[in-house]
Amino acid sequence: MAEKVLMKGNEALAEAAIQCGCRHYFGYPITPQTEVAAYMSKRLPKEGGVFLQAESEIAAVNMVLGATSAGVRAMTSSSSPGISLKSEGVSYIGGSDLPALIINVQRGGPGLGGIQPSQSDYWQATKALGHGDFQLFVLAPSTIQEMVDFVSLAYEVGEKYRVPAMILSDGMLGQMMEPVEFPQKKDEPAAEKPWATNGHKGQRKKNIINSLYIQPEELENLIKERYERYEKIKAEEQRAEEFMMDDADVVVVAFGASSRVSRSAVMQARAEGIKAGLIRPITLWPFPDKTIEKHVDHTKQFLCVEMNMGQMVDDVRLVVSGRKPVSFFGRTGGVIPTPAEVLDEIRKLAGKEN
Amino acid sequence: MAVVFEKPKALSDVPFHYCPGCTHGIVHRLVAEVIDELGVEGNTVGVASVGCSVFAYNYFNCDMVQAAHGRAPAVATGLKRALPDNVIFTYQGDGDLAAIGMAETVHAATRGENITVIFINNAIYGMTGGQMAPTSLPGQVTQTSPYGRDVKTAGYPIRVCELLSTLSGTALAQRVTVDNVAHVREAKKAIKKGFENQINKRGYSIIEVVSTCPTNWGLSPAEAVNWLRDNMLPYYPLGVYKDVTAEGGQQ
Repeated sequence: MAEKVLMKGNEALAEAAIQCGCRHYFGYPITPQTEVAAYMSKRLPKEGGVFLQAESEIAAVNMVLGATSAGVRAMTSSSSPGISLKSEGVSYIGGSDLPALIINVQRGGPGLGGIQPSQSDYWQATKALGHGDFQLFVLAPSTIQEMVDFVSLAYEVGEKYRVPAMILSDGMLGQMMEPVEFPQKKDEPAAEKPWATNGHKGQRKKNIINSLYIQPEELENLIKERYERYEKIKAEEQRAEEFMMDDADVVVVAFGASSRVSRSAVMQARAEGIKAGLIRPITLWPFPDKTIEKHVDHTKQFLCVEMNMGQMVDDVRLVVSGRKPVSFFGRTGGVIPTPAEVLDEIRKLAGKEN
Repeated sequence: MAVVFEKPKALSDVPFHYCPGCTHGIVHRLVAEVIDELGVEGNTVGVASVGCSVFAYNYFNCDMVQAAHGRAPAVATGLKRALPDNVIFTYQGDGDLAAIGMAETVHAATRGENITVIFINNAIYGMTGGQMAPTSLPGQVTQTSPYGRDVKTAGYPIRVCELLSTLSGTALAQRVTVDNVAHVREAKKAIKKGFENQINKRGYSIIEVVSTCPTNWGLSPAEAVNWLRDNMLPYYPLGVYKDVTAEGGQQ
């Protein structure tokens, strides 16, 4: 058993990446994720790795594209406004079938927004982080331990399917401390990367990393092949946690930081005799529709709790498809909802208003 | 019979898409000859940019990455940091390098990023049909400067080699052209020096090739070469703007 250490979320993400064999980090300062870069700048040179503070978010993500093209595990991290800048590079990474790890420690938006925790980049992460038909594998940790565990999952799934992966964290998880345990040190899995542009050495045909296809049919076929991989990811990589769901009438659906608040509210509701439960999506893309579907028939209603104006609620409504009411409660702009607020909503839905 | 002229091995056996009189073909050939002479094809990764040379990934036989507009120096940085012993070059036009990618260019140079940059300056955006470039000359008529580039509103063309020569990380900043045999030979020497600098870990090397774009200049190939001599070379003087291997480090 490895020892537990008390760590800040952002630093845990960085350490986890190093332990997964990431030796190439490219970043740019932005609150509230800067500790990721600071930690990398301290640790990577001692591990024989590369820490590079780029001239912009755009340059940083394109450096990741270059490094991952070479076949190494690379990573960048930022916070909401910086992720918008990275979206160009992420689209090219997706369009070039490259794996890469991108971390978003979300803050309030739009524009410069604020620097307090938010979940208002859900749509961006799951629907359109950049132009074109493509998806990222998106993981939403809710504890610092999950920040650690999901880094290796993101690399593994990303490399298996050749898709970019994102850890969608937020300013609360990034800044808070919890005890974490790192898995027994393991080396970077020798994932075969026959596509890497690392010099053909005269021993194979040349490799090309590219997202340009001038012939429409060629591009369409390529995208269709990519979407077949997406279907496999949807079938095999959905993850969600169910909490007190066996007999739940009111189902709270929440991810990341807002799921922690919701869990407290669900427990308090149970103490009051309300049959509440929680579904916590862990993969935001693919959205865990199988878990939601399982509970549509035996529950009475759904309540989405998010730190935004209602984004994931769209995906819940798509699964529920009008069979049960789906309502929404959220705080935004960097405001974290309180368990009491969420409990009030649960009470209202259960018909037990004070 | 002895073979006196053949296609460089580092160049693919596919027809170029370039227009008649365009100098991309000559420069591609020079880069490929240098790769052959240094024997580094199997160790080289090229980065194609966005512009007329976007299909460069089809023309070179080494591994190739196609970068977003202006981002080739960042992509090359990622490649080089992951593969420090490989040879990494970018091939960029003037819009790509000196407009949308100026930040990436300046910072790659100032970091002394150990890469080789081939910069095609033909004073126009070719691929999109002839718009004003950051290097279009004062008074030059383009699709987006139909009355001629007015420096009062559009500013002045950028002299890239002069600018980058001020940075400590730059190992070589040299401007060449390929309008005659002597100049072609000089261009090849400069390109070779740029690759050798990288192999010897000297830092960022840029070879700017003053080039033609007969199609978008609205000239015949022969007229275009004359236009280059009469208009471009006076504004963009050929020469070595920085060379760390030269006597005293700079010329």
